[in-house]
Amino acid sequence: MSAVVAAPEREAAQRGHRAPRRRRHRRGGWLAVYSWLVIAYLVLPIFVMVAYSFNKVNTGLPQVSFTWNGFTTQWYQQWNGVPGLTSAFWLTIRLGIASTILATVVGTLLALALVRYRPPRFRGKTFVEQTMFLNIAAPEIVLGASLLGLFVTINLARGFTTLLLAHVAFSIAYVTVTVRARLAGFDRSLEEAAADLGANSWTTFQKITLPLIMPGILAGALMAFALSIDDFVTSNFVSGNQPPFPVWVYGATRVGIPPQVFVFGSVIFGIGILCAFASIVLARRKA
Amino acid sequence: MTSSEGVAPTPGGVTRRRRARPGKVLAPYLLSLPAGLWLLALFLVPLVVMLSLSLQTCNFGTGACVMTWHWGEFWSQLSLYHTQFLTSIYFAGAATIIDLVVSFPIAYWIAFYGGSKKNFFLLMLLVPFFVSFVIRTIVWEFILSDQGIVLGTLKNAHLLPQNFHVLATGYAVVAGLAYNYLPFTALPLYVAIERIDKTVLDAAYDLYASKREAFTRVILPLTIPGLFAAFLLTFIPALGDYVNQQILGGTQNTMIGTVIQNAFLTNLDYAGGSALSAILLAIALIGIFAYARLLGSRTIEEYL
Repeated sequence: MSAVVAAPEREAAQRGHRAPRRRRHRRGGWLAVYSWLVIAYLVLPIFVMVAYSFNKVNTGLPQVSFTWNGFTTQWYQQWNGVPGLTSAFWLTIRLGIASTILATVVGTLLALALVRYRPPRFRGKTFVEQTMFLNIAAPEIVLGASLLGLFVTINLARGFTTLLLAHVAFSIAYVTVTVRARLAGFDRSLEEAAADLGANSWTTFQKITLPLIMPGILAGALMAFALSIDDFVTSNFVSGNQPPFPVWVYGATRVGIPPQVFVFGSVIFGIGILCAFASIVLARRKA
Repeated sequence: MTSSEGVAPTPGGVTRRRRARPGKVLAPYLLSLPAGLWLLALFLVPLVVMLSLSLQTCNFGTGACVMTWHWGEFWSQLSLYHTQFLTSIYFAGAATIIDLVVSFPIAYWIAFYGGSKKNFFLLMLLVPFFVSFVIRTIVWEFILSDQGIVLGTLKNAHLLPQNFHVLATGYAVVAGLAYNYLPFTALPLYVAIERIDKTVLDAAYDLYASKREAFTRVILPLTIPGLFAAFLLTFIPALGDYVNQQILGGTQNTMIGTVIQNAFLTNLDYAGGSALSAILLAIALIGIFAYARLLGSRTIEEYL
């Protein structure tokens, strides 16, 4: 690279301080190649997953095989051929929707409180922030284990309720952090204008605040949904005999994974990536 | 924070009355009440329950526990499982260092050369998260398996001996951890590098700093807090991870997460499992407090 770079740099040095500007406009040379390689490494397992969802099975057992046996769409046609897996999947979806709604509402309210009020009016703000931080930073296994300890102690049967309680508990802090980041640049004078024009607090919130912070709330909700459907560690502790999708898949690793697991994985991936690109495109169109 | 009350030059009565309303005074507390209660009941209380459970004695058969103030539990668990703690620290540490080295250049590249495509590249870093964590790890099991696409091909080409294997070794576990937690390192690093004032860098070049000097004397010192934050945000979750160890590792090299999981779910040894979780949490807290002490408590939250 040095040979390529040397010439423009010498030329730049002669022209003095205009050099840095040129420097930043380059694409990064080897750094770009390296970065694309890292990205390839990150997406490689996804390609493998999608490929194996089309892999034939020769053994007759409902298990994905390590070797490539040929292309088939059989597993997509029989996507609900494994009853336990299908019900685990729907449990994950129901759980994800319920916990997203709860965590988003509760987390957004907290974000509003944290952005707008400071200690003289909001005592204990630092404590709330530290609790949130600890909640995010603590190892997830500790959260899961301690929740199971609580449920055992108060004798609450493990199932959908405990899963929902746990999922909201680990999502709130993420929602609050996401919404708060978007709220930081919020222009309070718009609300003041509404109040000046005679709107009461509820009308102001509904007509001014809510539409303005909606993108932040949606980002927080997406975060909560992603966390919920992907959660394994906490769910594994508190699910009892009702395993959500990741817990079911983990349990299946002992006996062999049915190919439908990769079908579900590929479809969830496809939907997720579509949503993400749609949000980027929408954001760009707005800007 | 003087906010809307009283600022208005409109008919004063309305705004004046609003200021006195108790709802206004209570607003911050009412807004944070639901989340606060939820976090109290399902995060802080469980931690207290966990500490209390670790001092109780439990019946392994039924899982019933009675409080016996058995402080020895910590010591006995630690002497039983200190190898697993050390293995966890070793594996998680290795994976975190690999992640820091691997993701620094890409974070740097996105921050400096990403241009208008920054969001696209950040999304690419997050793409693995669209596939379930467990499935990602299983796919690595496929990729690294003895007759899989990588090793099988190399073996057929006689580039590797037939008995060579990666799975069921510590290397596979570290590789899995490094893969799964890479975005946890890359994103805080990106935030740290992105935040560097580019004019400072221009100034360094104007003063005839070479590329290397600009990097070691401007960029690197300015990203130190980000490096620490990235380290913690990767190391702490990796420390408690047991999925990678159970799927990619063998029966050797057990990590502490596996021990905790088995204590709670298989052996119904709630006291022992709680004691181990408490020790794990303590290790994480030491890291966080060290960070707060060295670099200020507020800054780490900026990288979340």
